[in-house]
Amino acid sequence: MKRALALVERDMRKFRRSPALLFASLVLPLVQLVILGNAFGGNIKNVMLGVVNLDHGPESVDVIERVRAVGANARTFLPVDYVDQGVAIGDLRKGELGAVLIIPQHYSRDLLEQHQPRLALITDNTDRSTAGAVDDQMTQLVASINAPQVASREPGQAALDVVEVYPYINYIKYLLPGSVALAIFVMSMIGGGLLFIDDKSRGLHEGYMVTPITKWELILGFNLSGSIKAFIAGETVLVLGAVVADIPNFFEPIRLIELTLMVILTSIALIGMMFFLMARINDPLVPRAIFGVLNTLLFFPSGAVYPIAGFPQWLRWMSAGDPFTYAVHGFRTLLLKDVGISAIGTDVFALALTSTVVLAGATLLFRRTL
Amino acid sequence: MAAPAQSGIAIDVRSISKRFGALEAVDQVSFMVKSGEIFGLLGPNGAGKSTLIRMLTTLVPPTGGTATVAGHDIIHDPNAVRERIGVIPQNMTSDPELTCAENIGIHARLYGITGARRRERTAELLEAVGLSDRANAMASTLSGGMRRRLEIARGLVHDPQILFLDEPTTGLDPVSRVSVWEMVTHLRAQQGRTLLLTTHYMDEADRLCDRVAIVDKGHIVALDTPVALKASVPGASRIELQFDPDLPRGAADLEALPAVKSVRALGSATYRISSDRGPASAQELIDLARAHKLELKSLSVESTSLDDVFLHYTGHGLSEMAEADPQPQRGRA
Ligand SMILES: Nc1ncnc2c1ncn2[C@@H]1O[C@H](COP(=O)(O)OP(=O)(O)OP(=O)(O)O)[C@@H](O)[C@H]1O
Ligand SMILES: [Mg+2]
Repeated sequence: MKRALALVERDMRKFRRSPALLFASLVLPLVQLVILGNAFGGNIKNVMLGVVNLDHGPESVDVIERVRAVGANARTFLPVDYVDQGVAIGDLRKGELGAVLIIPQHYSRDLLEQHQPRLALITDNTDRSTAGAVDDQMTQLVASINAPQVASREPGQAALDVVEVYPYINYIKYLLPGSVALAIFVMSMIGGGLLFIDDKSRGLHEGYMVTPITKWELILGFNLSGSIKAFIAGETVLVLGAVVADIPNFFEPIRLIELTLMVILTSIALIGMMFFLMARINDPLVPRAIFGVLNTLLFFPSGAVYPIAGFPQWLRWMSAGDPFTYAVHGFRTLLLKDVGISAIGTDVFALALTSTVVLAGATLLFRRTL
Repeated sequence: MAAPAQSGIAIDVRSISKRFGALEAVDQVSFMVKSGEIFGLLGPNGAGKSTLIRMLTTLVPPTGGTATVAGHDIIHDPNAVRERIGVIPQNMTSDPELTCAENIGIHARLYGITGARRRERTAELLEAVGLSDRANAMASTLSGGMRRRLEIARGLVHDPQILFLDEPTTGLDPVSRVSVWEMVTHLRAQQGRTLLLTTHYMDEADRLCDRVAIVDKGHIVALDTPVALKASVPGASRIELQFDPDLPRGAADLEALPAVKSVRALGSATYRISSDRGPASAQELIDLARAHKLELKSLSVESTSLDDVFLHYTGHGLSEMAEADPQPQRGRA
């Protein structure tokens, strides 16, 4: 045990001296958090909407006013008036417009005569997110035009009110749990797997193996020092990310302790996994070659960036076997739902099980000889 | 626990072998090293020296045979062996991103030396290898010779009974080599410490070692003191001389001399003679010249070297071998 601490001392001295390692493991998760967090899931705004009014009656003016109101407030789209329908559609095809709204001839008359006139919305369906956002906004707008009549005509009609349990979650908050797990993972790769193989090929392990350090102490030393580094990376991204993403009541002590325990557990599991994968590797190119693939295989199926519910079945199976999934779920539960430790029982169990299995496997594979 | 110091045998190797696939890197090698001895393994690249050392230092399990090091079996009791040996591997294994003091300190901890004792020991060793002023320099900033001295200091941290040095002077400039030699001799001077070193330099083996084993292709082909090894080679003294004018009967006059084994005429009255007894035959040659009233323009006597010994036992020279059959150098062979 004492001898294992020699390896920890070595790693900590080097870690303190070279901020590059910590920096490297923080940059990817934080950049991803800020860029992806703001790029995705934000409300779509400022779509150019061509408006062609072929009616000019009073009801069409009502529609245009409502469109302008959206343009001024929600800013989902900015209306631009067109006289000619063909020109508007031409501009849509050229990409100058995101959508075109056509108010047909006799719209006002038909509406008053209750002939159910139809407004036409032509969207650019090569961009589904934009089209969807305009579509949603326009549906609401049309509903509001109809609302008074609907209410008066059919008073008993049921309506669906969606109530969100948690305060509004924007994407950057959704992404934060994945970023924390990613920081731990990147440190496990660089400060764990890569360093282990490089030290091995530089002969440093040979220097340790001529001393009386036991196999157990070596394994303990490598994993302990790796886990400490991964923990530092994870905890740093957790705190910085929580500030950036503006997580409410983040610094509440109990929750902070629970989150910290999750960071520790995730660090042990991922470092253990890395050590398991690298136990028999000698070629320094191997970790470099597999890390990209490993990152994709573990990070994306975990629900870090997109909900698992949206995955096809085979990918869901992958998620279930991915330790990242439990780390992300655990962090998300603690960060966004504030429901206490009992809600992450499964996550804690899965990570503890992963740690046990990978460390047992690594111990079987690891050889204390050259 | 056995008491190796009393038995007088530090290392007892019994038909140890190591096979890598089809290659017998070490093939049933047996020898003994006495306590307090400096024992050398002399051989060309790929002879199996490092493999042998790695087996004796418990880094590589043998595929046959075994050895007792400091009274403990390397296979059955490797930890007892590790506690008693210091190893300075062929490829430096100190951490380039740690300072000299840290390298020694962390090694001390690996031997269970901690606290004040560790600090004292680190300072002592840095002093001993002349690196006190570089205590806080990164190992990566040291010259080759300094780095080697750091490795030696590190290997001594627990004051081992037996020290293994794998090619301690390879790649060093002449000045650094001499300083490592001095260190090695000094280490032996300390009571009862046994040193086993490998080298492919003849002069090094000759100068440092009490006994030398000549290793070639996984076998020990000869083992004795350098003096005895040289004496065992017949006709290995080489004498070159030039007469003025030439001998009346040329080479035949020389062949008639009792000490002369063989003669080669090199032209212009110059001959190369091999003989069993260098200085004695020189005397005979001088007498011969005087008898024929000839002048001896030059005479040089080159006494037997370990090179000749090597050539004699293996049928090829050390350097020829290295050139003719370059072993593919593994990453850290
Ligand atoms: N791990 C290994 N796998 C396969 N072959 C090996 C291995 N280690 C050594 N060898 C081979 O065993 C033979 C002996 O190698 P070794 O390193 O013991 O030689 P050496 O005498 O130390 O040479 P050098 O003077 O170059 O250090 C060589 O042919 C080498 O290629
Ligand atoms: Mg070697």
